[in-house]
Amino acid sequence: MMTTTSLILRAGARVLMPLLLLFGVFLLLRGHNAPGGGFAGGLVVAAAYILHFFAFGLDAARRALLTRPERLIGSGLLLAVGSGILPVLFGRPFLTSLWLDPASGIGTPMLFDLGVFLVVIGVVLIMAFTLAEE
Amino acid sequence: MNVLVLPIALPLFTAAVLLLAPSRPLLQRWISFAGACVLSIAAVLVFVRVERDGILVLQLGGWPAPFGITLVADVLAAMLVVATAAVGLAVTLSAFSGVDPRREGFGYHGLIHVLLMGVSGAFLTGDLFNLYVWFEVMLVASFVLMALHRTRAQLEAAFKYVALNLIASSLFLTTLGLLYGGTGALNMAELATILPARENTAYETILAMLFLTAFGIKAAMFPLFFWLPASYHTPPAAVGAIFAGLLTKVGVYSMIRVFTLLFPGDPAVLYTLLLAQAGCTMIVGLVGALAQQDFRRILSFNLVGHLGYTTVGVALGTSAAMAGSIFYILHHIAAITNLYLISGIFLRLRHTTSLTELGSIFRERPLVAILAAIPVFSLAGVPPLSGFIGKLALVRGAFGARAWWTGGIILAVSLLTLLSMARLWSESFWKTAPHEDKSRLPGVILLPIAFLSAITVAMTVAAGPLYQLAMKASDQLLNPALYIDAVLKGGPQP
Repeated sequence: MMTTTSLILRAGARVLMPLLLLFGVFLLLRGHNAPGGGFAGGLVVAAAYILHFFAFGLDAARRALLTRPERLIGSGLLLAVGSGILPVLFGRPFLTSLWLDPASGIGTPMLFDLGVFLVVIGVVLIMAFTLAEE
Repeated sequence: MNVLVLPIALPLFTAAVLLLAPSRPLLQRWISFAGACVLSIAAVLVFVRVERDGILVLQLGGWPAPFGITLVADVLAAMLVVATAAVGLAVTLSAFSGVDPRREGFGYHGLIHVLLMGVSGAFLTGDLFNLYVWFEVMLVASFVLMALHRTRAQLEAAFKYVALNLIASSLFLTTLGLLYGGTGALNMAELATILPARENTAYETILAMLFLTAFGIKAAMFPLFFWLPASYHTPPAAVGAIFAGLLTKVGVYSMIRVFTLLFPGDPAVLYTLLLAQAGCTMIVGLVGALAQQDFRRILSFNLVGHLGYTTVGVALGTSAAMAGSIFYILHHIAAITNLYLISGIFLRLRHTTSLTELGSIFRERPLVAILAAIPVFSLAGVPPLSGFIGKLALVRGAFGARAWWTGGIILAVSLLTLLSMARLWSESFWKTAPHEDKSRLPGVILLPIAFLSAITVAMTVAAGPLYQLAMKASDQLLNPALYIDAVLKGGPQP
């Protein structure tokens, strides 16, 4: 797919892409106790790749993703299920929250959120890329 | 060990692995089949524990009921989870005889497991909002499975299917809003302590009617069943099989669960209406089946008609009738799934399921005919097969409850079923086909059919113990205190 996009869009995308990615991760981490979380963060990251696709075309966006979106969904689901299974190994009910240190926020809910984050990126990008191919 | 979560977590795990694994068809089929095997083991494990220890309860995340989401398995839920796993096993096994490449490339196997997860989740959940979520999971997976191939007929069918099921879902959600607004609870055990204790007002009746409509659409009850015969004959045989075997049963199960807990015996209009609906469903389904000229359409109408049988129990509310319905549900899952898989043989041999094109199977492929005879005659209710036993139990239950009309309808509809199945048998297996078929049938296509036929035979041989189990399940259902105590006061932890 070869489209001539404006210089402004390409230059803007180059600056915005890393910012958006960073903002997505920021939302993911902030979601522990404040608005944000895996879903919102995933949407922002997906939007970053869609912007990249607008500016540089589909192939460039796929290359920038480094992996296929299906794999993101698969690994996200595995992470989410794994975060539920982990407490079972310690003899607690499925999905019980386990913390390394409750103050730091590092624990199974964060793993779960990371899973959601990956699934959302994968799902949105599959939709966007499929629509772009049609 | 938390066995109760396994029937939900395992299919999700399998689906995730299927997404990550290379998309080579054979590898995908083996992973999918292995996932179904592990799911079956887990389901049997849950069943054995429930049978031994009574109602199993798991508070997800350690949040005590009614604040968190509770998973509950009584005998009925455990039996249905085992049935779900068995259907999963048969359907994943049938993939070895070929899946159309377009479907397989778009994650067919993963979707089957997501569907299995949705069905197991609906059977195990103890929370009404969670039940809604599992309905949505099933709807999303089934919609994609139905529409993936994108032929004109399939898209048309998928549209009807989705439109009507979305109406059911939104009705269900509205009902939940009303329910939560009026009682402040969504946990079924807690609701069972609140609602039946109240004075019966218009509020309770409205709730009951809304539930009846929402679940009635899902379960394809008269007069809301039209989406089913309009859509179930279009997807490939294996997809039709899993839909027919499980999806409508979830609607029936939800009715049984919600009505026995939330509206035990009251409001009376609910049960009068349900009984009338069950009778009409039986009659309309089977009369419709007699008018059809296509193998899968006949099955669709038979499916609708027999859903009437499965709701007679909850409508009458006696132990014997309920046990008969539960036995019938189990028998029907095995038989109807099998018959849809058999329609796959016709699709393979003649590329159609129109009765005029079929025939000659008994003469040319006796093994296929013998394997197919078991579900056909079991559904027809020929003694001694499981369908006969189920109908006998239901008739006894109906007459025992002095529901003469219902008993009479069950008997009359049994005759219609016999007629419909005899016609199906003579047209598609017995008569001489108009064209000869030369195509070879891969032997592996018979494996899932043989498996399900063996289950039907096993249900016939072990009808006594199975009926005992159905009685046990129905006694648990008709004594909601057991369920409430297990959830709210903490029964045996899994």
